[in-house]
Amino acid sequence: MADAAALVSSRWRDLDKLLLRPGNLVGQNFEPGPELRDDLQEYAKVLVVGAGGLGCELLKDLALSGFRNLDVIDMDRIEVSNLNRQFLFRLQDVGKPKAEVAAKRVMERVTSVNIVPHFCRIEDKDLEFYNDFNIIALGLDSIEARSYINSVACSFLEYDSEDNPCEDTIKPMVDGGTEGFKGHARVILPGITPCFECTIWLFPPQVKFPLCTLAETPRTAAHCIEYAHLIKWDEVHSGKAFDPDDSEHMQWVYAEAVKRADLFGIPGVTYSLTQGVVKNIIPAIASTNAIISAACALETLKIATGCSKTLSNYLTYNGLEGLHTKVTEFVKDKDCLVCGPGVLLELDTSITLQEFITLLEEHPKLLLSKASVLHRKKNLYMQAPPILEEMTRSNLSLPLFDLIGQVSKDVVHVNGMTNKNGKKTSSLRKLRVIFKGIDGVSDMDTAGGA
Amino acid sequence: MKLEQTETLSILFNYILSMFEKNRRLGAHLSIMFSSAAFSGFRKLIFGISHRADISELNLPKTCAILFPNGKDDLMNFEVTIRPDEGYYLGGIFVFSFKVPPIYPHEAPKVKCKTKVYHPNIDLEGNVCLNILREDWKPVLNINTIIFGLSHLFTQPNHEDPLNHDAAAVLGDNPKMFESNVRRAMAGGYVGQTFFPRCM
Repeated sequence: MADAAALVSSRWRDLDKLLLRPGNLVGQNFEPGPELRDDLQEYAKVLVVGAGGLGCELLKDLALSGFRNLDVIDMDRIEVSNLNRQFLFRLQDVGKPKAEVAAKRVMERVTSVNIVPHFCRIEDKDLEFYNDFNIIALGLDSIEARSYINSVACSFLEYDSEDNPCEDTIKPMVDGGTEGFKGHARVILPGITPCFECTIWLFPPQVKFPLCTLAETPRTAAHCIEYAHLIKWDEVHSGKAFDPDDSEHMQWVYAEAVKRADLFGIPGVTYSLTQGVVKNIIPAIASTNAIISAACALETLKIATGCSKTLSNYLTYNGLEGLHTKVTEFVKDKDCLVCGPGVLLELDTSITLQEFITLLEEHPKLLLSKASVLHRKKNLYMQAPPILEEMTRSNLSLPLFDLIGQVSKDVVHVNGMTNKNGKKTSSLRKLRVIFKGIDGVSDMDTAGGA
Repeated sequence: MKLEQTETLSILFNYILSMFEKNRRLGAHLSIMFSSAAFSGFRKLIFGISHRADISELNLPKTCAILFPNGKDDLMNFEVTIRPDEGYYLGGIFVFSFKVPPIYPHEAPKVKCKTKVYHPNIDLEGNVCLNILREDWKPVLNINTIIFGLSHLFTQPNHEDPLNHDAAAVLGDNPKMFESNVRRAMAGGYVGQTFFPRCM
């Protein structure tokens, strides 16, 4: 009995060193003690997005760091080529959903952790699903997916009337990414640190070859592969879409690329290069994934417990020529359409869309003329092109309150022309509209609402 | 910079504290607390905003028209019709389909020519060789720039960037013959072994 108790206490010995003792680098509100560890284990819920190279590492690291309530979401099935680094998977797992196998393996090895797998696309889950987690950890490989999760997390963010973020509505994200020897880890606290969209310009444009080069003057193996993939496929399979996950399709592209390369005397077309070029696969190195995941897991622990200051806010790791790491503090885009507060407008429920557009022209913070009005997925009024203007014109005489579904408050985007230093420029703005006299308006507390 | 960091941290720790105070208070109902319909107003996802803003500022050349086959609320898929008012392709009607990715303008729209055309820079499958659609796309460009670029292809076909090799060779060697080939294709007929449906 005593042995068992000793085992349990030694199990969290290292975690306890962080959570039970005061320190100089902690925040002023950090309250060390066993309750903090218990709270972490009992209440903190973390979602791991992606169960690939980073996701496997993240799940393992978080489970071993004391988190007990984890979910993992991934739409992919295990492939043979994953096995060199996605260490939770075995040969007999090939073809099974990554999320399910990863969750099972970590639960087998780490007692008392509960991991719920979700074998689906991130878009398949509704917002309530995401709101259930305290922190979202990202192990993704695409800009699209990051951008999606970022907009989900930012959609929970609310601002008070002084444009300060409401703390209860901040959904922290920890984002990791690797590419060969390089990687990054960042902490995103929507409303406080820059969101993914604030810094999307950091990503270099994807390398795309000119089509005419592919068609006329191929010089590299990649040119030959892209020719087979983008031009020859359509020529031969009229109308049939190319599926990168269909191995027969890939074999066909490979065979055509080889023919093309032979014709032009270009060496180097292989099946794996074909996969790499067509699916835009970036080489992955297991140890880079381990380093980045470790940083992400630790930041997740720091956000959840406050046991140390968090990364502020963007770590880059480059092991390509020697080793370089750097932490850069990026700044928020205060006008960010995704995480920014936008301009707060208090309106009467009777205001028509036309009157609203006139108001934008006169509002001192906006001075926006010729505005088009966008609400969620609907275009309430479009100034151009004429065909859309005509289709949306009838909305002008309707009350805005009715057009946005009679809710007490919502986000509306407007774009039009503003005068900047005497020059007309186009401007896209986010507005928070609140209707007077509707219940719950003045009450920003999360307990309110319907 | 320093001040900002301190503020950031204090907000963060207040947040953490509030999170755990609520945990203690609400116990197992943490998830209910976080998922209550508290933020009802603000929580729907909004995508494609910058693209829609782009569309609302379109200023098309008079030879171009835009059509939204899926109605006013799907602006991510649309068609552009070009009727060149000069050059080899005068009198022709050419339809392009546009598919705008969710991360536009970080990535260019996918554009295909739906009209089969005898053109040095457009192949018979509708692939278009226009630099700003692929290698030279920049987020500062927009739909308007692309439409101008496409329109330009019809007034200034370029035999130095061939996608239809034969058409480019003819344009380079014998512009008179190229002109008559274009007329024949647009009227509906064969150029070499290839049949072109009428598009005038």
